[in-house]
Amino acid sequence: MSANLNLFTYLLRLADDNMVLSQRLGELVSWMPELEEDIAIANLSLDHLGQATSLYAYAGTIEAAGRNEDALALTRSEREFMNAVLVEQPNGNFADTIARQFLVDAYQVPLYQALSSSTDQTLGGIAQKAEKEARYHLEYSSTWLVRLGDGTDLSHDRAQSALDRMWPFAADLFATDDVEAAVAAAGMGVDPTTLRDSFDSTVARVVELATLRMPTDTYERTGGRTGMHTEHLGHLLAEMQSLHQAHLGATW
Amino acid sequence: MTSRFEQLIAANEKIEPRDEMPDEYRKTMIRQIAQHAHSEVIGQQPEGNWITRAPSLRRKAILIAKVQDEAGHGLYLYSAAETLGISRDELNELLHSGKQKYSSIFNYPTLSWADIGAIGWLVDGAAITNQVMLTRTSYGPYSRAMIRICKEESFHQRQGYEIMMTLCDGTEEQKAMAQDALDRWWWPSIMMFGPPDADSTHTEQSMAWGIKLETNDQLRQKFIDMTVPQTEFLGLKIPDPDLSWNEERGHYDFGDIDWDEFWTVVKGNGPCNRERIAHKRKAWDDGAWVREAALAHAAKQHARQKEVA
Ligand SMILES: [Fe+2]
Ligand SMILES: [Fe+2]
Ligand SMILES: [Fe+2]
Repeated sequence: MSANLNLFTYLLRLADDNMVLSQRLGELVSWMPELEEDIAIANLSLDHLGQATSLYAYAGTIEAAGRNEDALALTRSEREFMNAVLVEQPNGNFADTIARQFLVDAYQVPLYQALSSSTDQTLGGIAQKAEKEARYHLEYSSTWLVRLGDGTDLSHDRAQSALDRMWPFAADLFATDDVEAAVAAAGMGVDPTTLRDSFDSTVARVVELATLRMPTDTYERTGGRTGMHTEHLGHLLAEMQSLHQAHLGATW
Repeated sequence: MTSRFEQLIAANEKIEPRDEMPDEYRKTMIRQIAQHAHSEVIGQQPEGNWITRAPSLRRKAILIAKVQDEAGHGLYLYSAAETLGISRDELNELLHSGKQKYSSIFNYPTLSWADIGAIGWLVDGAAITNQVMLTRTSYGPYSRAMIRICKEESFHQRQGYEIMMTLCDGTEEQKAMAQDALDRWWWPSIMMFGPPDADSTHTEQSMAWGIKLETNDQLRQKFIDMTVPQTEFLGLKIPDPDLSWNEERGHYDFGDIDWDEFWTVVKGNGPCNRERIAHKRKAWDDGAWVREAALAHAAKQHARQKEVA
């Protein structure tokens, strides 16, 4: 694979994580337990959408085939999306949403921190801005995980089930192949396995504060980076892309 | 002898939470601010309906930010209502039980992307016409909330109009979508100013108290006069055969408004009244365990801090 194709693929993987997560969070606006949380969830959705947009736009210039951010987000198929399977998981109840968000945040904070010193200046710039957002997101999701874990018996049980349910999908954040190896070797990208220690220590710290226990399931559901998704993604994309695809070529 | 309240009103000064005020003034103010807050909150639903399907990433971001702004407006307004001695929980309950209303405009469905443009342009536009007046209303906290909110509403209005312009410059299908949205939203939008002055029960007292500074009919006329040229610029047609410029009055004349439709929707039988309230109640009820968890955690934290101290 050429260096450009590796970088292009890598950028798409990063962008797809954010796009799909933003879409899931966007579904929740007006459905939250309090008005304050409607505002917070919209904020998370917007931040991830902003990150996706910058990454897609840059990927489009690297590809140099005339595809802009809309083409990359709104015309690629389920098999072409390369997000980690964690982010496509349905919102479930509030605890599920928080557990999914927390696991993503615990991974994105060290990811963006490392990417901030990428040899690719454009990617480094995107990562610097995203790192600040990811830190705020981690603060938000950790606070809620602790509230739920420590709150009532019911919320404790729901938080534990949510964490257990999302856990096997978190492994996909760390899946790696030649693409990551190549961009990491070039100093442009990050080998995700190097983020695992930071992720594990964040999770352990917050799980303890939340009076929860670490998930014990060793099953790992990976495959998203090569388009082997769970069945949820196709439905998400069908909705997200419907209007754009019904009027291909139109300007909005 | 005149009361301090009457003196303040006569001097065009603001009434503040600690000032004495007639019970009826307080009640009217609570009703009006609450209705406005509920409208912002329920308004998240019709627009939120298109977040997941927005046709470009830029439009999606603008829409999410708009819906987020509306929730923020709801928050400021609930805080303004709280200064009058009513709690958020009580206000929520009054909304859920149907004892307090929200703007009827949100009981119409959003059926195409153009509806997002039409809502920004017409609904936020009508809201601004009303709210610019309210920045000068007599109750201090409400007037200040309105100043802050109005700035954001004018953004929304411009963004909505920009969606309409893009559609009208677009394909035949996009243009048809824009016209269809105008056809459906025009009459409900001009009903937003409320019943004609002759039938408006609160207008006279509200004007005497400086709560309202212009009547429903005056505001409606202002909105129509402003909107007709914008519509012509888009190349769209307002669905009113009687609409015409009246040289003598210096205003547009317009056709009869279907007030039966207005009252049907106000009374709860519009196209979406039941869904809107059911959605709001479901979100609230489904979230009960989360709110309880937050309270329980805060109480435990408090107890733990006491133990340490
Ligand atoms: Fe408003
Ligand atoms: Fe608003
Ligand atoms: Fe608005």
